[in-house]
Amino acid sequence: MLTQLARPVARRLVALIPVLFGISLLVFVLNALALGDPVRALLGQRGDPELIAQIRKEYALDRPLWVQYATWMGRLLQGNLGRSYHQQRPVSDVIAERFPATFRLAVAATAIAVAAGLGMGIAAALRPGGALDHLLMGAAVIGISTPVFWLGLMLSLLFAVWLGWLPVSGYGDGALAHLVLPAVTLGALHTGTIARMTRSSLLEVVRQDYVQAARAKGLGEVTVIGKHALKNALIPVVTVIGIGLADLLVGAPLTETVFAWPGLGRMLVAAVGQRDLPVVMGAVLVFAMIYVLGSLLVDLAYLVIDPRIRRD
Amino acid sequence: MTERGPFRHHGIQVGGALVALFVGAALLAPWLAPFDPHEVPTGLAAASLRPPGPPNALGTDALGRDLLSRVLYGGRVSLLVGVGVELVAALIGALVGLVAGYYGGWLDGLLMRVTDTVMAFPSLILAIGLIAVFEKPGLDKVFLVLVLLGWTTIARVVRGEVLSLKTRDYVQAARALGVPDTIIVFRHLLPNCLAPLLVAATIGVGGNMVAEAGLSFLGLGAQAPTISWGAMLAEGQTFLASASWVAVFPGLALMLAVLGINLLGDGLRDMLDPRLKR
Repeated sequence: MLTQLARPVARRLVALIPVLFGISLLVFVLNALALGDPVRALLGQRGDPELIAQIRKEYALDRPLWVQYATWMGRLLQGNLGRSYHQQRPVSDVIAERFPATFRLAVAATAIAVAAGLGMGIAAALRPGGALDHLLMGAAVIGISTPVFWLGLMLSLLFAVWLGWLPVSGYGDGALAHLVLPAVTLGALHTGTIARMTRSSLLEVVRQDYVQAARAKGLGEVTVIGKHALKNALIPVVTVIGIGLADLLVGAPLTETVFAWPGLGRMLVAAVGQRDLPVVMGAVLVFAMIYVLGSLLVDLAYLVIDPRIRRD
Repeated sequence: MTERGPFRHHGIQVGGALVALFVGAALLAPWLAPFDPHEVPTGLAAASLRPPGPPNALGTDALGRDLLSRVLYGGRVSLLVGVGVELVAALIGALVGLVAGYYGGWLDGLLMRVTDTVMAFPSLILAIGLIAVFEKPGLDKVFLVLVLLGWTTIARVVRGEVLSLKTRDYVQAARALGVPDTIIVFRHLLPNCLAPLLVAATIGVGGNMVAEAGLSFLGLGAQAPTISWGAMLAEGQTFLASASWVAVFPGLALMLAVLGINLLGDGLRDMLDPRLKR
């Protein structure tokens, strides 16, 4: 199994190189295009010219663009993302500090979305066209169409302000109660897509001969679905889970802002407001890397679940 | 086969009704709005954060401005960005897709590599990063950024369609007869790409509206005095505990509009192009 997997895995890793290069170039161009002078923004229009010159030299802002890119890329390969204009410390430190909160939120949101989405999809598929099906799929469509930040506000209003069951916002030193609302909010869109895909995929699989055969054999509905149909029905669901990773990352800045969650997303928003470009570049790069690596993981999960793909 | 049986038949009707309501309210806002949406009443202390009830059907905001009027006017910005961005993005995307699909070769390789790289980013993250390029945020920058990111889906859809269309006999025949490329592309290929293009663009409009509202909510989009649902929600968050209506109604309007567009887009997809049905 392992040796079988080695080649496709290696091929996918190699295919990542141009994408990562493209991402780095795009992020750099973004910085180079920046209108207005961030150094002047930092020091004010009356900043000491000598100090300004010194900072420009330090960040290589006085060199041609391709030299800047080469310098930046060289540092990047050593894991050096530059220094924050605003906080006067390495961007990697700032990101490392904020990363765990976002990671925790994303993992919790994914767990909720996968558990709830699969449950809803299976329940809806058991009796297609029934009342429960209508109810659950209606909820899924609403979950998909509700903008994540408004959903966060409404959940916060209901469960924190009105019912008082959960805290309104904040990290609460990692207390679980603080994680619930942000994770549900961030996972809602994802729950909806997983539920819909699970339902349609299951309905397709149960029509196939081998499932009919299992039924004809006299197996109970739970065994038929749970043991025979679900495994094959899950293959397209894995894709949706992978695509959903992008939704999670996109939702992070909004959800983190609604719930004052000290993660990467809120850091990115704050850095844009302060025009702290090294932090913006670092955060965009990290988000893109997480996304690309996440897609890779989904590809690998595919290889494990579906043996047919391994042969290509 | 169908992804959402229950909504298949009613999707277009419900979606169409919601979209008609949204577009109608946005276009007719100057006649429908009971108050001037920018007007701060003189008796500010008394009018501030008034709960829903006559004469303010949806209540007032912190500056005593009528919320219903502001929600109606906010729809104009949402519609303008949603549809306006999509028109430009679809134009660019269609051109890229037609050229890449029809000519193929290195040009196709290059264009699709660029498309892939833009698509490799979670879009809103890149949008936030691109906003940082400008000295001051604003609706015009949001428009530009969303166009820059929005053409890729359309390009992919159109390219895929052209790749299959150009092997058809009628296109081959036109080429053999020496019909110029531009005529083949615009007269014979483009009209046959319109159905999937329309579906992708419809869904795109909803995406643009959510993105605009999200950026404005984060303070990176529309700035006062421009009225945007996203910016209204940011204000609503401040008063969530004391005046929840400020956060409820603009978001409800956005959600219903996007829900309508998604239902309509899904319905159009089922109707126009059965092959696209997942």
